[in-house]
Amino acid sequence: MTDAPALSVTNLSKRFGGALALDHVALEVRRGEVHGLLGSNGSGKSTLIKILAGFHDPEPGGEVRLYGRKVPLPVPGARVREMGLAFVHQHLGLIPSLTVMENLALGDLATTHNWGISWRAEEARAAEVFARYDLALDPRREVFTLSPVEQALLAIVRAVEDLRTASKEPGVLVLDEPTPFLPRAGVEQLFRLVRAAKDEGASVIFVSHDVDEVREITDRATILRDGKLIDTVVTADTSHDAFVERIIGRAMTAYGGAGKARPNAEPLAEVVELTGPGLGPVSLEVAEGEILGLTGLIGAGYDAVPALLYGARNATGGRLRLAGQSIRLDTMEPPEALARGIVYLPADRMGAAGVGSLPVSDNIGLPVLERLRRAAGLFDRDIRQHAGSLGARAGVKPNAPELPLSALSGGNAQKALLAKWLQVEPRLMLLDEPTQGVDVGARQDIWDALDGAAEGGAAILIGSTDYEQLAQLCHRVLVFARGRIVEELTGERLDKDAIAEACFRSTTLTAAAE
Amino acid sequence: MTDTRDMTDNRIEVYEERIAALEEKLRAFEGRLAPPPSRRPGTEWAERFGLLAAWILLILILGSFRPDQMFSWNSYAAMFGSNAMIVVLTLGLIIPLTTGDFDLSVASTMALSSMMVAVLNVRMDWSIEGAIFMALAAGVAVGAINALFILWFRIHSLIVTLGTGYFINGVVLWISSSAVISGVSMDLVRVVIMTRFLGIPLAFWYAVLLTAALWYVFQHTALGRRLLFVGRGREVARLSGVNVNRARAGALIASSTIAALAGVLYTGMRGSSDPSSALAFLLPAFAAAFLGSTTLYPGRFNAPGAFVAVYFLSTGIMGLNFLGVPSFVQNLFYGGGLVIAVSISQLIRKRRPMD
Repeated sequence: MTDAPALSVTNLSKRFGGALALDHVALEVRRGEVHGLLGSNGSGKSTLIKILAGFHDPEPGGEVRLYGRKVPLPVPGARVREMGLAFVHQHLGLIPSLTVMENLALGDLATTHNWGISWRAEEARAAEVFARYDLALDPRREVFTLSPVEQALLAIVRAVEDLRTASKEPGVLVLDEPTPFLPRAGVEQLFRLVRAAKDEGASVIFVSHDVDEVREITDRATILRDGKLIDTVVTADTSHDAFVERIIGRAMTAYGGAGKARPNAEPLAEVVELTGPGLGPVSLEVAEGEILGLTGLIGAGYDAVPALLYGARNATGGRLRLAGQSIRLDTMEPPEALARGIVYLPADRMGAAGVGSLPVSDNIGLPVLERLRRAAGLFDRDIRQHAGSLGARAGVKPNAPELPLSALSGGNAQKALLAKWLQVEPRLMLLDEPTQGVDVGARQDIWDALDGAAEGGAAILIGSTDYEQLAQLCHRVLVFARGRIVEELTGERLDKDAIAEACFRSTTLTAAAE
Repeated sequence: MTDTRDMTDNRIEVYEERIAALEEKLRAFEGRLAPPPSRRPGTEWAERFGLLAAWILLILILGSFRPDQMFSWNSYAAMFGSNAMIVVLTLGLIIPLTTGDFDLSVASTMALSSMMVAVLNVRMDWSIEGAIFMALAAGVAVGAINALFILWFRIHSLIVTLGTGYFINGVVLWISSSAVISGVSMDLVRVVIMTRFLGIPLAFWYAVLLTAALWYVFQHTALGRRLLFVGRGREVARLSGVNVNRARAGALIASSTIAALAGVLYTGMRGSSDPSSALAFLLPAFAAAFLGSTTLYPGRFNAPGAFVAVYFLSTGIMGLNFLGVPSFVQNLFYGGGLVIAVSISQLIRKRRPMD
């Protein structure tokens, strides 16, 4: 039994509705190995991790073994740590208002009944642990005062320590996308810690989008695509291009994209030197009637652009030139943006875009209440009638404006919220993941509505990681990496695979540029 | 060759016809689905007018024990007048509740304004008009201070208004030297309680007017709709161009000012002011605000609902008094009423989106 692999997964499947999100996947992680897990959105990567963490119940027939011992399925989330499996998710699971040592001891505090905690002993233990990993962390500091890197390091040390105390085995540590929001220097520190854990005999599963990081830190790597196991490779023998080919599923050759021809209009809006947290400086322009896509891997910064241009969040600098006027972006506020004909549809549908507990009619009517008023005042009847006619045009089903917004499906709610903004005939539309959680039919309706708005002369900016959507909808796509634009795709070069490739190649492009 | 092509063309035509027919059917189905299987009108009706029905039921039950008192118009005329300031106080309270802030200082503001009218008019010989103006100005100031701490320092409204309320209680004791002050100008008493219209003191009609005004603002103005969005989805309102901070500050100032108006009415009702009795109206006002949100416009804090709720609760208390029940029952009634009202409004809110 001593030579059994640290983790072995065989024949693991998971079905959501009709679709196989994970299709008979196998994974073997050796003792003392750093093993990469790669794949794009929808590859099944996160489904696999969620099964291991006990969030999902896999289909019957699969098997998970830790150090030769069979793990019961579904994985018992609380007990699996004793068998030698621990997780650090992107949300690190730290409590910001507590101190470093309290967070370090959180696992014990939460599960054991200890009436006599000696904080002096805890502090000594914390100091000893940090010394062992060569980390300069003050056990008494509150976690929210730590940098993002220090927080990530703390979460990882805590997981490694929990494994050491809970399990007889050296343990397998799953790092689920730990790096996208860290600066380069922080990634180095994190890698040093991963190597230290490995030297102690632990195994590490490193989940990432970033091919360069996987090549740097892992010994072997497994690539998933469309829920299927594509390959497990020895990292040292695999080139960057070979990784990208396996992730996007096709050799990197010329493409025959069917990109729309870019309208030959003057630029309507010009963004100059936009900067924000983790972004920029970025300059871009979008023409009248043009649909411009912004994309990249997570942490690339593209997703902040729509919110910053609208003033939904504060930029640190930059200007927007719109119709001959130059507007400062660091002091931009939504009312000013609206007055200039800019609208913004956030991705958080029920948190930021619409209010679920209020009727569809009120949600749609909100920006034009003044227009709907008659001499005697505002009447529900008028708002409903107005919302009903817009809903019919947008294909909202059921088109019953008196219903609360939350009664509609995701796609229909989104159609209604898009109608809310289209009615003000915006000059510049900013959208954030406009078809997330939207069914296929509604997706087409939303694309049609956006096409219509563009033909009517609006300029549209879409932040999305849905490559297929970008390829179908956009005239032009800008690929971001580490807060900068690294590539522009248009015309023939604009298809789903090309965007995916540009994203996964993007980190190398920035490295070359610097 | 031509034959076969004709045949395929024919076949395609046949299929296209069938597809068209199926699409027609689908559209018909969708049309039938369009007005969704909504809630039975009965439930809706019961929800809207349930409290009114309960009010009548309450009168009938209590009346069966004390018919001569419960079925006498004079009892109601007196009760409508003497509880008018609670209606006014509740109307003030529902404005910040709509925008998502709690104002626990309303009763203290009412006490402050009540006492300021008495002190300025009786002890300092101000004209009654001047005294009322200062009392209302004090209400505006309290609201502005609440707004400053809640919005500028970003402290939760419960904490801020709990503190300012307690602070104001101290101010009231200070300016009154902890004593009852009587002898307030009869002009005020006359226009509040002694003059009657349809047998009911004017105070009641002031409450009716304010209820109508607030109902209009909430129901028929863009401002009212925006206030509702600010309370239900602050981020949504902000991203839709609503100035959220201004709306919340305005709501807090309106609530304190209207509470000050309630204080003026309270002094006018008695011709005197004491430092503490107004403080007892905090809980009735909250109970009525939440109970009112379960009726007429269920799920929303609304003015006519608050109006009905105050008089529903007052009728219950009046009846219990007629029955000779000890006065602690008031506390049971208001306290229990608040918790039950909040539970009901919670049930309504949760059920709404599901149906």
